[in-house]
Amino acid sequence: MLLVCLIALPILAAGLSAAFASERHRPLVLPVAAVAHLVLTLVAINASSSSVIGGWLALDPPGRLVLLLLSVLFALCAFYAVGYLRHRRELSNRVFVPCLLLFLSTTTLVTCSQHLGLMWVAVEASTLATAPLIYFNRTPRSIEATWKYLLVGSVGIALALLGSFFLAYASLGENSSLLFSDLFARAQHMSRSWLQAAFVLLVVGYGTKMGLAPMHTWKPDAYGEAPGVVGALLAGGLTNCAFLAIVRVFRICQAAGEGEYAAGLLVGFGLFSIAVAAVFMVGQRDFKRMLAYSSVEHMGLLVLGMGLGGSGIFASLLHMLNNGLTKVALFLSAANIHRAFDSKSIDDVRGAMRRVPLSGTIFLFGFFAITGSPPFGPFISEFLIVSRAFAADRYLVAGGVLLLLLVIFMGMGRTVMAMVQGTTSPAGERTSYHDGLLTGVPVALSLALVLLLGLHIPVPLENLLREAARFLETGP
Amino acid sequence: MLRLSVVNLLLVGILLLNLFMLGTSRIRALIHAAALQGVVLGAMPLLVGESSSWNGGLIAVATVVLKGRLIPQILRRALREAQIKREVEPLIGFVPTMLIGAAGTLLSIGFASGLPLAPEHRELLIVPAALSTVVTGFLLLTTRIKAITQVVGYLVLENGIFIFGLLLVEAMPFLVEVGVLLDLFVGIFVVSIIVHHINREFASLDTRLLSSLKE
Repeated sequence: MLLVCLIALPILAAGLSAAFASERHRPLVLPVAAVAHLVLTLVAINASSSSVIGGWLALDPPGRLVLLLLSVLFALCAFYAVGYLRHRRELSNRVFVPCLLLFLSTTTLVTCSQHLGLMWVAVEASTLATAPLIYFNRTPRSIEATWKYLLVGSVGIALALLGSFFLAYASLGENSSLLFSDLFARAQHMSRSWLQAAFVLLVVGYGTKMGLAPMHTWKPDAYGEAPGVVGALLAGGLTNCAFLAIVRVFRICQAAGEGEYAAGLLVGFGLFSIAVAAVFMVGQRDFKRMLAYSSVEHMGLLVLGMGLGGSGIFASLLHMLNNGLTKVALFLSAANIHRAFDSKSIDDVRGAMRRVPLSGTIFLFGFFAITGSPPFGPFISEFLIVSRAFAADRYLVAGGVLLLLLVIFMGMGRTVMAMVQGTTSPAGERTSYHDGLLTGVPVALSLALVLLLGLHIPVPLENLLREAARFLETGP
Repeated sequence: MLRLSVVNLLLVGILLLNLFMLGTSRIRALIHAAALQGVVLGAMPLLVGESSSWNGGLIAVATVVLKGRLIPQILRRALREAQIKREVEPLIGFVPTMLIGAAGTLLSIGFASGLPLAPEHRELLIVPAALSTVVTGFLLLTTRIKAITQVVGYLVLENGIFIFGLLLVEAMPFLVEVGVLLDLFVGIFVVSIIVHHINREFASLDTRLLSSLKE
């Protein structure tokens, strides 16, 4: 019942917010719903696993992890959104606020769907709920971004549906249900060629949603044109839901004895994504697009760690949390800088640390965190992924990743340093934006969480991580 | 035996519709063809399934209404608003795409023969028809420049996946099928709103105008 509440609560809040007449008060629904969702999530994660609707809805260990991340991210972004929308009074939030809540509901559904088909429906629904969010600014450029997002995303998700059908056909037999637990139990009797074809389609399909290269083309456009808070939710929440979908299918492949094939595919996509991100991040003039490529890079790291197996699985899951939280800090502080300079080109943005000291500083430290500098969380998880590659005798993979991470550090560093240092450029004098309580505190809080994860992982969280890693390692 | 040949005949009809869609420049005809494909597809689960059930009938009716009536209506309205009739200057010409489509169909037949099928499905053309329709959808999506034609391409892609789903009529739960249809409908609805905005903002549905975002 708890899970049904978790999914229904944001829908109810969305309906409520749509019925609100006041543009000024409507955003206040967001933090209320977010806090309620967070409380319910904490209860659900600690509750003993119970399933509802014939096992269709239940929280598996990786699902718990993603749900926790999602709920925390949304709570941070909900408070920020209230502050943000106060600065955007000229635009109606009548669609924006309900769609944010629908995003929360559909992604929650992804985390607790235990049925292959239901999970697909949930991922597709989350794509549709986010399209209007990207179009919030109502500019020709944002239409273009939305169009590409919808088209590329829908085609990707259609391929995932075909892959789901293939997987269903691979497991066809007596009493064949599409619950993950049943698929897992029957895995060894599956038809190998259908399973292999299914996994390729599912990785390409959900990988499109995740933004793995070469299916990442929607990402820079969507993240570049959408409000920063939407970028944070997509990069930290939605992409991880797609990752969860891939992980669940990967587990079935491993149980079927196709683990090596599947892992090879994941490592390949991972390396290619990191390489593409490195190429496009060097010399990037638009700092929001730069963050989008950073997201491509880290999605690559996630599937790479998963594909390397062993301790790489734990590292990948930890990196999912680290990357999600760091992306919130980066996207939201970038959005504040965007507000302050009214431009997202690095040609106009100089001296962000003088103009908006809090956001500028967080952006700088967020950059250090995301590129894997100690003492922040991503340092540990990236270190674990690379050391797993060494431990598995994949020296070329490890060396390649280290080299690419260095290129990315330098490329991103040049852009970020130019933005935050020096005296404020003329573009910064034209606007009256200043960091407020609501646009500042959530951003600082997310960076603090990243720092905390780097210094000490709380014991309950570590247990969750270990449990999820053990759950995924159970291959023959 | 008779049922089998009827199903195969309908699938051949779907393959011919694919080629027609690749060859036509009139968008209205394209929408009609996609709608017809949807109606044929909607009826097919009843022919393929071993047992006829209430759920199956409901899904069939929903599919026919959705793909044959509601979605074409949305698309035709968008077409009227935009006041366009023809797809002009596709990235790859009509005849070449038709040839690519035909080649895709042959490849699908070859690919499908390599995949192991359950005995009761061996005589059916479902897998090649599904793959070929998916290829057609892809071609429409990638080689055409009008936003509406691309939406039809997505619809055809979805039709192809639906054909594959015929192999699973017994295994797919009712709820999932309803969810898939609902997602398709909402998806087309959201897309048509965006198409409307593209038309208003750019006074055209030419997606080549949507190219200011690039490296």
